[in-house]
Amino acid sequence: MASRIFHIAANTFREAVRDRVLYNLIAFALLLTGAAIFVGQISIEIERLVVINLGLTAVSLFGVVIAIFIGIGLVSKEIEKRTLYTVLSRPVARWEFIAGKFFGLSGTLVVNTLCMALGVFAALLYVSRNLNGADAWVLVAIYFIVLQFVIVTALALLFSSFSSPLLSAVFTFCLFVSGTFAEDLRGFAQLTHGFTRWLATGAIYAIPNFSALNVISQVAHGEPLSGQLIFWNSAYALVYSLAVLSLAILIFERRNLK
Amino acid sequence: MRRRRTTAFATLLFVVSAMGSGLLLHTVDRLRTRATLNQVLYISSPKLLKALSLGYHGLLADVYWTRVVQYYGEQRHTRSSDFSLLWPLLNLTTQLDPHLIPAYQFGGTFLASRPPYGAGLPQRAIELVESGIRNNPDDWHLYYNLGFIYYDLKDFRAAADAFDRGSRVPNAHPFLKIMAAQCAQHGGELRTAQMLWSAVYETTKDKYIRENAEGHLRALKADFEAQELEKIVAAFHQQTGRYPSSFAELARARILPGIPIDPLGNQFQLDREGHVFVGDPDNFPFIERALPSGYLPKPAPGSARPRG
Amino acid sequence: MRAIEIVGLEKVYQVGFWRKRPKRALNALHLAVEQGEIFGFLGPNGAGKTTTLKMLMGLVFPTGGSARILDMEMDDPRMKAQIGFLPEQPYFYDYLTARELLRYYGHLSGVEPKHLTARVDTVLNQVGLNDSRDVQLRKFSKGMLQRAGIAQAILHDPKVVFLDEPMSGLDPMGRREVRNLIEQLKHDGKTVFFSTHILSDAEALCDRVAILNQGTLRGVGAVEELTAGIRGQSEFVWSGTTISPGLTQLGADCHVAGDTVRAVVPSDRMDAALDVIKRERLRLISVTPVRTSLEDYFLAQLTPVPEEAKVAANGNGG
Repeated sequence: MASRIFHIAANTFREAVRDRVLYNLIAFALLLTGAAIFVGQISIEIERLVVINLGLTAVSLFGVVIAIFIGIGLVSKEIEKRTLYTVLSRPVARWEFIAGKFFGLSGTLVVNTLCMALGVFAALLYVSRNLNGADAWVLVAIYFIVLQFVIVTALALLFSSFSSPLLSAVFTFCLFVSGTFAEDLRGFAQLTHGFTRWLATGAIYAIPNFSALNVISQVAHGEPLSGQLIFWNSAYALVYSLAVLSLAILIFERRNLK
Repeated sequence: MRRRRTTAFATLLFVVSAMGSGLLLHTVDRLRTRATLNQVLYISSPKLLKALSLGYHGLLADVYWTRVVQYYGEQRHTRSSDFSLLWPLLNLTTQLDPHLIPAYQFGGTFLASRPPYGAGLPQRAIELVESGIRNNPDDWHLYYNLGFIYYDLKDFRAAADAFDRGSRVPNAHPFLKIMAAQCAQHGGELRTAQMLWSAVYETTKDKYIRENAEGHLRALKADFEAQELEKIVAAFHQQTGRYPSSFAELARARILPGIPIDPLGNQFQLDREGHVFVGDPDNFPFIERALPSGYLPKPAPGSARPRG
Repeated sequence: MRAIEIVGLEKVYQVGFWRKRPKRALNALHLAVEQGEIFGFLGPNGAGKTTTLKMLMGLVFPTGGSARILDMEMDDPRMKAQIGFLPEQPYFYDYLTARELLRYYGHLSGVEPKHLTARVDTVLNQVGLNDSRDVQLRKFSKGMLQRAGIAQAILHDPKVVFLDEPMSGLDPMGRREVRNLIEQLKHDGKTVFFSTHILSDAEALCDRVAILNQGTLRGVGAVEELTAGIRGQSEFVWSGTTISPGLTQLGADCHVAGDTVRAVVPSDRMDAALDVIKRERLRLISVTPVRTSLEDYFLAQLTPVPEEAKVAANGNGG
């Protein structure tokens, strides 16, 4: 069982690596990080601030784009191209397939993020001449970004398991945007009453709370993050992804592959 | 059947993890410190923010406007006196959308108000409303707001001037002219204040501003009634050569119909020098005259004791 | 133990947006396939062949009935380890090479890692893709893809191999190669179940066939049984140009072709026909039984059938 999941994951990873789209996006992200250096030079004191803000935002946004681009094709493309049939006619359970795809794409994104993070640190080194203790928090911010990717991957996989690539991309993107503005949704909920309030509160718990995982500006100002926050955020991201994946498995398990 | 088993297991897993994620989110929220300056603003430079909004600055302004209201509401709810984010948020909002009138009005009112009802930064308030006027010279509401701020600062001449400017705007409300005149001649009088606050109460749609106006009107009523009561007490003093020991005495002597009650429902108090004040000054905002002698307002939690 | 046993398998789709109407893709199917035979599953496009295959593979869930392969349930992983499947017009991960593709499938099928490399090479040889084993599949021709497909179907040495339209889109050379491969599989003791609408291939390869039309089984049996003896006719050929009145009387059609005449006579009148020929002193050249081709049989089965007959036909199919 684990071996099959591993091989499906490895194959997914291989597919992503051989896909040229990936490289274009990474190159663009690195370019943006490099540009951050020049933007920062406009105002002397905030170089470091701009490099971290812009660099990490670039990593975050491009990673989400990659996650969506590849994620939506994970299942629907396989069905469209009928590569899925030869896999499922083997002793591979449908849930193993979903799990393998998930780990494959997550793994791709982790590797991807590490590459881009290196770029950010290189830019940081360039503008600050040396790294100090506060920069360690940047690693935590990157870790949180990876957690965001894990959630987006699970969502893209969920939508891919039952709808077309285009719709999957739209849904996933919408959830990403609303998840980023989750705090404002919470504010909105507090100002409403009755049924609307119930609906809004329900939505807050249903959509992924990306604003909780977004610590870019705090880290840019060198503020520390509590260990407890790191722990509970990780737990939230993982359990939420698990919920999304189990829903994906549920849907996929019952689907007729016409 | 394996399929049924997998389906059942997946359903169970989904339910458990969905509930789990809800609980975990709750935990995370409680851990996150109250929005720091950086978190809520995210990007503190208005120019940069405008550039990054890719043309959607109207939308972003609306988002920030909801944050203003939410922030203010939260600070009031937790009875905090810290409104340090109010000015930056309003600044961002109005820079993103210079025509968002409600933002100027809100800022004009609550930047100037003293804690715990506002930030206590009248100069910032003036700055904000003036920039609003620059961007929207034909909106009489903003002149009105400005006049108010000056009035509250007891700068009656500047207030009259603002009302006057406003009255010249086409379609201005007729009472602007009246208020200009009133401020110029009877600046310090209670009646002027009553007029001004009634006008606000009647014309505004914002819940907080209305509440604020209501509070002011109540205080004015209390001040006025206290003033009238002091006149009666003074008359008694003149007749008898001493001050009454309490309102009960005046009631027994049929000078007053009963013990006078203030607008909040507490009994008015009388001190030995014939000064009348409200029954519960700590919980009666905006009172100016009907306070006990030597009264120092209780410091709000977390802020320094104001100098008396 | 039968290789494949299908009992009452059916699939009904609900189509339509507001009011759902049932659409019967497959009516209750009863079919049995013995081990070691090559079984042809024939029918025009849309007959329900692919639907049946997909249900057997667990890709589509039946709305009724059941099936057992090698006496195991359809979702039993042990069963899946012993079958191979080639879907219609297959497409594979085109960023992989042939070898990488087979290794991937080998891992998924549970082929032991230490045997995998050798097995992959053997199978690539068997299907004739040895030279292209390190070429990315995006560069493969249609025939090569088909062969790669067969390779992945037999990689793990399954007992039963399912092929959906294995010859589609191939040129005659390609078709010949695939036919040889299928014969080879039978030689190796495997059961082959393949669907096609190319009748000549079925005629040449299959031990038994089943004919499906509009979701209903129209006939099952060995090829000879189906083609011979249906109309039971014999063709008489004699030299000359005269039409025989006697034979015409027996109900034969006489045709003059060059300097010979041919007449087709029903087999039960054969003796009477011979008497006529002797009587009319015709110079007989040959008497041959007329075998209908599978195509004729096939086309005959394609006439639409009334509802009651469908059920009866399926009952006799096993």
